[in-house]
Parts: sequence; structure tokens; C-alpha cells
Amino acid sequence: MSSALLVNIFRFIMLLAIQVVIFNNMNFLGYISPFPYILYIILYPVNSNRSGLIISSFLLGIVMDMFCNSGGIHATACVILAYYRPYIFKFSFGLSYEYQTIKLNESLTPERFSFILVSVLLHHIVLFTLEAFQFKFIFDILLRTLFSSIFTIITSIIIIYIIKPNKR
Amino acid sequence: MQQIFNFIIRNSNRLLFLLLLGISLTLTIQSHSYHRSRVISSANFLSGGVYERINRVNEYMNLRTENDELVLENARLKSLLFNKKDTTKAPIADSIKGVKPADIIVSKVIHNSYNTHENYITLNSGRNAGVKQDMGVINSLGIIGVIDNTSPNYSTVVSILNMKSQINAKLKKTNHFGSLTWDGKSTGFVQLEDVPRLASVRKGDTIVTGGQSVIFPEGINIGTVENIYKKENSSFYVIRVKLFNDMTNLGHVYIIKSKDREELINLENKSKEKDE
Repeated sequence: MSSALLVNIFRFIMLLAIQVVIFNNMNFLGYISPFPYILYIILYPVNSNRSGLIISSFLLGIVMDMFCNSGGIHATACVILAYYRPYIFKFSFGLSYEYQTIKLNESLTPERFSFILVSVLLHHIVLFTLEAFQFKFIFDILLRTLFSSIFTIITSIIIIYIIKPNKR
Repeated sequence: MQQIFNFIIRNSNRLLFLLLLGISLTLTIQSHSYHRSRVISSANFLSGGVYERINRVNEYMNLRTENDELVLENARLKSLLFNKKDTTKAPIADSIKGVKPADIIVSKVIHNSYNTHENYITLNSGRNAGVKQDMGVINSLGIIGVIDNTSPNYSTVVSILNMKSQINAKLKKTNHFGSLTWDGKSTGFVQLEDVPRLASVRKGDTIVTGGQSVIFPEGINIGTVENIYKKENSSFYVIRVKLFNDMTNLGHVYIIKSKDREELINLENKSKEKDE
């Protein structure tokens, strides 16, 4: 039990570190940057404490906001993603997801991919809507969501394949 | 009573979610309102320290451009020095008090963002170096922004590429004023709004800071006129200004300490009180 906690703390710090050091400085075409730090929320163990996930996601978002000077947009997006995660699980894996052992960091099945896709889209659309904060930028919001989501998904999958924790 | 406890225990996750969502949304909305400083900013020990370390690495990558800029600035300063017209007559405005109206703090950009609608820059000098809120930030090419938050060793800057930023600017040749804003689209261009139609503007004219603001001294370069639009149903132009600065590549900057600032603000407040 405590080793799972340690793995989570390690993931929290490592994902934040690579996000801040590497991915925040990637600006494809001036405005597209991936946000693979939300892998922390995606990879959080399925049957673990749910309030723990919500609180740690809030902390994750607040630290990101601190580094990005963005008020509270990352915190909001992370908390929303953390809260709706079980519903996305239900959507992607079917109703009985709790009784299956879902290991996201194994081979990429369509269910796993759809889970990552929906999570990333939900997070990014909240993030960019709150960032622009005005309806006249609706086209801009959708464009940024689309391109950033593509990059986030690609980097997330690469990171999942590189680290592969829990597999001993 | 029992039922209340039961309700709280049963819905603990939902309540927790709503609480945290409320906190984060409050922070978001508060950060979008202009006249309040943000609660959470990168001017603190943790993120400032991390950005400073990252910046030490990045600096090596930019040594060449940084050197080029320094050489250009040196050349410009030397040309000023050698072509000084009249050394017997000191500038009048300054010689009365015997002090320069503006002092300068040299600082370094340790984090720069330009891919959102509200961009902030983090600098590696703060209150200990005498940086205060609402000081102007420039570099050798032109203006960069206005100080927002400060901590003992770091400070954040509202970049001119921030839709909340509004800076008083004017046409260099005719002294027509307008306010400089950003439409959130391109990092190389800003908009000068509310320029009266009486002004004769041409493509290529220089835009400089105006004397109406107490943040920047008058006459600091901003950019050149790229396009001129007429706003419908109003007697004002909107001018698209091409910045001299490449806002995506910033190194050393100067923070301007305006010594007359407090005096000016006090004076203006006094006249306002009289009116009321």
C-alpha cells in the first residue's frame, strides 16, 4: 500500500518537473504546448482513495498555476478531470470497470486510448476556455484545444511507454 | 443531526470537489480582473528558484544574440558620446534638481511566456533590489511591460503581450496620444487605440511611450506603424504597431525607478479631491 503511495508522490514530482523544465518551454508555432503532467491524474490507481486524488490534483494544478502565472486555470481543470475520472472510466471501459484490473501502462488497447483521449480533451477544453475567458475567442479556444490535445496525447503515450512503472 | 452527518459522509467527495472547484474558480476569476494582483504568481521562492536554474542553462544558448545586442547598444551609446553637441549646456530639466528623474535597476528575465492571452514574465530581482509594483520594464530595443508582483528576490511583469495591459503611447512626430493594447493574436504586433483622426499617420512612423503615464519616461521606443484602421462610428484610428522587440527572446532588462512618481500621484490626487 505504501509503495503505491510512494510511486504516486514520485510521479507527482517527476511529471511536474519535466512539465516545467521541458514542456512549458516547447512552443510549436508560437502557441501549442503539450501538458503531459495530467498523466498523474490519468495513471492514479483505479480503486484508490478518491478524495486523495481530488486533493492531490488540486495541489498539482496550483503548483502549475504558480509556475505559469495563470491564476487558477490549471487547478480548476485538474480538479474537474479528477472528479469526472470515474465517469470517463465508465464511458471507456464499460460499467464493470471497478472489478477489472485496469493497468493503463500496458499495451495500448482502444479502450485505454479512448480513456486518455477523453481525459485530455476534457482537461484542455476547460483549461483553454478559462484562459481566454471570453466568448469571442471560441474559435481560438477550439483550435488550441485540438492542437494541444494532439501533442499532449502523443507525449503522454511516449512517456507511458518510457517509464512503465509498477511493472516488475 | 444524524442525517446531516450522514449526508456529509455520503457526499464527501462531491463536497470536496465543489469546495476545491470554488477555490480555483475564485482564483481564476480574480486573476482576470485587472486591478487586483494575483494571489498565486511565480514571484516566490520555489518557482523563482527553479526558473533561475533553468535560465542559467538557457543563457548559454543565447550568448551570441545577447552579445550582438550589447555590441549594438554600445555602438549607439558611443555615437551619442562622440556626437555630443554642446557640453557647456547641461539638459535643463535635470540640472535644476541635480538628480536624474529616473533610476535604473538592471535585471534578467528568468521566465518568459508568450503563448497565452495573458502573459507574464518573471525577473530575478525583487523588493531587496528596490523593485516595486507599477515600475516600467524596458530593454535596449524598447518597452517590455510593467511590474506586477514582487517577492524579496523575484518579481513578475505584466508583459505588453497581455490583454490586460494598457500603456500610454504616442506618435513620435506629432505627439498624438493613444493607449497601447494587445489583441491576443501575434507576438510581434500590438495595437494603439484611440488615436484621433486628426493625426496624420503613415506606415513606418515610430511609436514611443507618451508622457501621460507615470510608469515610463517619455520617448522610449515601442515600434513602427504597420497598418492603420478606422473604427466604425468613431473618430479614432486603431493602429497596428510592429514591435522593435522580439518578445519571444528576452535577456537582460532595465527596470525604471521613477523618482517623481509619488510626487506626481500625490499631486494628481490632490487636484482630484479639489474637484469633488
